[in-house]
Amino acid sequence: MAESILKEETFRVGETELRVLKGGQGKPLLVLHGEMGFPGWLQWEEAMAKKRTLWIPLHPGFGKTPMASWIMNVRDLGAFYSRFIREQKLTPVDVIGFSLGGWLAAEMAAANSGQFGKMILVGATGLRPPTGEIMDMFTVTARGYVNANVLDSQHNPEFAKLFGGEQTPEQYEAWEEARAETARIAWAPYMYTQSMSELLANVAGLPTLILWGKQDPVVPLSAGEMYHQKIVGSKLVTFDNCGHMPAVEKPAEFIKAVESFLD
Amino acid sequence: MHIMFFTERAYHAVPEDEVFKRRSFFGVPNKFFDAPTGARLLNEYIDEKIYCDELGFDGLMLNEHHGTPFCMGAVMDVEAAVLARATKRAKIVLLGNPIPTVSNPLRMAEELAMIDMISGGRLVPGWVRGAGSEQLANNANPAYNREYFDEAHDLILAAWTKPGPFRWEGKHFHYRFVNPWVLPLQKPHPPIWIPGLISPETVKWCAQHRYPYVALATLLGPTLEMFNMYAKIAGDLGYQAGPENFGYLQPVFCADTEEKAEEMGKNFLFGGGFAHFARPEWMFPPGYNSKEATRRLAAQAANPNLPGQITGIMDHDPVDDADLQKLKKQLYDTYPQWLKQSQMITGTPKTIVPKLRHVLEVLRPGIFSFWLDGPSPLKDRRRCVELLGKEVVPALRDIGKELGLEDPFTRTPGSVKVSGKAEPVGRPELIGEAMSA
Repeated sequence: MAESILKEETFRVGETELRVLKGGQGKPLLVLHGEMGFPGWLQWEEAMAKKRTLWIPLHPGFGKTPMASWIMNVRDLGAFYSRFIREQKLTPVDVIGFSLGGWLAAEMAAANSGQFGKMILVGATGLRPPTGEIMDMFTVTARGYVNANVLDSQHNPEFAKLFGGEQTPEQYEAWEEARAETARIAWAPYMYTQSMSELLANVAGLPTLILWGKQDPVVPLSAGEMYHQKIVGSKLVTFDNCGHMPAVEKPAEFIKAVESFLD
Repeated sequence: MHIMFFTERAYHAVPEDEVFKRRSFFGVPNKFFDAPTGARLLNEYIDEKIYCDELGFDGLMLNEHHGTPFCMGAVMDVEAAVLARATKRAKIVLLGNPIPTVSNPLRMAEELAMIDMISGGRLVPGWVRGAGSEQLANNANPAYNREYFDEAHDLILAAWTKPGPFRWEGKHFHYRFVNPWVLPLQKPHPPIWIPGLISPETVKWCAQHRYPYVALATLLGPTLEMFNMYAKIAGDLGYQAGPENFGYLQPVFCADTEEKAEEMGKNFLFGGGFAHFARPEWMFPPGYNSKEATRRLAAQAANPNLPGQITGIMDHDPVDDADLQKLKKQLYDTYPQWLKQSQMITGTPKTIVPKLRHVLEVLRPGIFSFWLDGPSPLKDRRRCVELLGKEVVPALRDIGKELGLEDPFTRTPGSVKVSGKAEPVGRPELIGEAMSA
C-alpha cells in the first residue's frame, strides 16, 4: 500500500486552530473521524484520493487540535464544523462520517441539510438503537474497545497495520485524549441524542447512503435500519460477516459502494 | 497532635476468589451481598467508632466508595449523622465526600450543616475527586471531574457563608434559589481537610486554600516530596507550612502478641487489598486524569494506590484455578515488603510505639490516623482498638508534644507568616531508618 499523501494544514475556526489532513485531487470530500480519532491511511482513502480532495479535520480535543471548552455535546461540535465549511467556502460539501463522525454528520444535516451535497453514514452512533445497545467504550480499555470493533482483530492485515503490535506510549496518549473528548460530548445519554429520530425528518431530500456491518458489535444494525427509515430517500447497504469497521474489514466492497454513490 | 481511627467498613463476607478472579473489588456482582450480614457489619463498625470516642481518640475518620465490597460506606453522611448523635467528644472527619459525583451539591451543604449542628460543631468535612470507579458507579462524567470538583466546592462554601437567597449560574450547576435554612454551627464554616494519594494537582490546590493535606498510606519518600511541594507553594503565598498542614493515614495492627498482630496485618491483603481496588479501565475512566498524569501513565504502567510498588504481579486475569491460587500466593508473599517499607505497622503496644515514632519524625504530621482493615475476628479488632486507645494513643500524644506536632486545632493552618524563603518540612534523612525499623 502506498504511503499517505495527506498533508497537515491549520485553519482558524473562531478561537480554535483546527488541524486538517488534506490530500488527493478533485471535488472536496469531508471525512469525519470516529470516537477513537483518525485511525490512519487506509485503502479506501487511497482509492478516493484519485478522484477527490480529502479534507479530514482532527476534532478539537482529540490530541492535535486543542480542546475547545465550549463544545460540550455533538451538536456544539456540529456547529463548529458548520462554521468551518462555510468559512472555507466548501458548502455544499459531500461528507462521510464514521461512527461518532456519522452522528456528527447526521446532527449537522438535521440542523441544515443544505450544507451537504451527499452524505454517507458508516456505522453511525447518534440514535438509540430500537433493539440492542451501543457498546460502552468507557468500561473497557482503549485497546479492548478497538479490538472489539471488528469481528476478527487477529487476521486482518488492514487492522494490523493500524493497530497491531504493542501499544506505544504515543498511541496510549492519543487514545486517552480521544476517550476524554468523547466523554465530554457523549457521556450521557451514551452516544446518542434523545430527539435524533424526530430531527432526521429535516434530512429528507439529501442524498444519503448508510453503510453498516451486518454483525456490527458496537452499533447494532437496528440503528442503521432506523436511520434508513427516518431519512426519506436514503439507501442502506450492509456488509455480511462484517463488524463496526467495514472500511477495514471489507475494503473492496466498501470502496465500491462509496464510489458508486459519489460518482 | 490530632489522633484518629479509620476503617473502610468492608464487606469481608465476599468470597475472596471472586475478587482475585476479576483482580478487582469493584465490579464483583452484588449477588454475593447478604443483607443481614451487611446490616450486622455496619452496626459493628458504628459501635467500633463509638468505642473509639469513649477511649479518647480525637477523630473518627470516614470515607466513601460505591459499588464495591471494599467499603460499605456508600453514603458516608448517613454514618456521620448517626455518630453525630451517638458520640460525645471526637471530631467526625469525612475524608472525603466525592463532590464531583454529587449531582446536587446544595443538598450536600445541607446534609453537612445538619451533621455539624447535631454533633455540636464537631464536623470536619473534606472533599475528594472520587476514585475513577466512583465516576462510573454514579455516572458522573469523568472528563469534567475537576470542573465539577471546583464548582461544587465553591457552591458549598457559598451556601454556608453567603447570605441567601442568591442565585447560582455556574458552568455545571444552576440554582435559582440558594437559601438553606440549616447552616453549620462552626463559623464561618467547619474546618476543611483534604485527603489524597499524592496527586500534585491536589497538593497544590490544598496549599493554595490552606487546607491540611492528609496522605492516605502512601510511601514515606513520595509523601514527603508532596509535603515539601505544599510547603514551597505555601512559602510563595507568604506562610510557613507546619505539622498543622499535614496528616498521615497508616495501617496499624496491634495485639497482645507479635504473632497475632502479624496475622491481622496479613489479613489487610485480603482479596489483594489495594492492589485490587479496581481494574485499570475503571481506575482511569476517560478524561479523569490530567494530561500530565496521562503522560506519566503512558510512560509506565502504574497503580495509583501503590506508588512504585507491587505492580505487575497480577498482570493478567487468572486463566484457571491453579493460576488464581498461584497469583494469590504471590500477592500474599509481598507482605514482608509492606512491613519493610513502613506501609504497615504491626506489633504489641510496646513494639509499635517506636515504629510509629519514626514515621512521625520523618513526616512530622499534625494529624495521624490509624487504619484497621481485613477480615479479622471481631474480638481481635476490638482488642486492637482497645490497645491502641489505652496504650498507643497516650504514648503518641507525648511524642507529638516532644516533636512539636501542632494540629489544625492548636495552630490554624496558614497562620504562620513568612517573608522570604519558607523552611522545608519533615526529615527525609531519616527515611532509611524508618524503613528498617
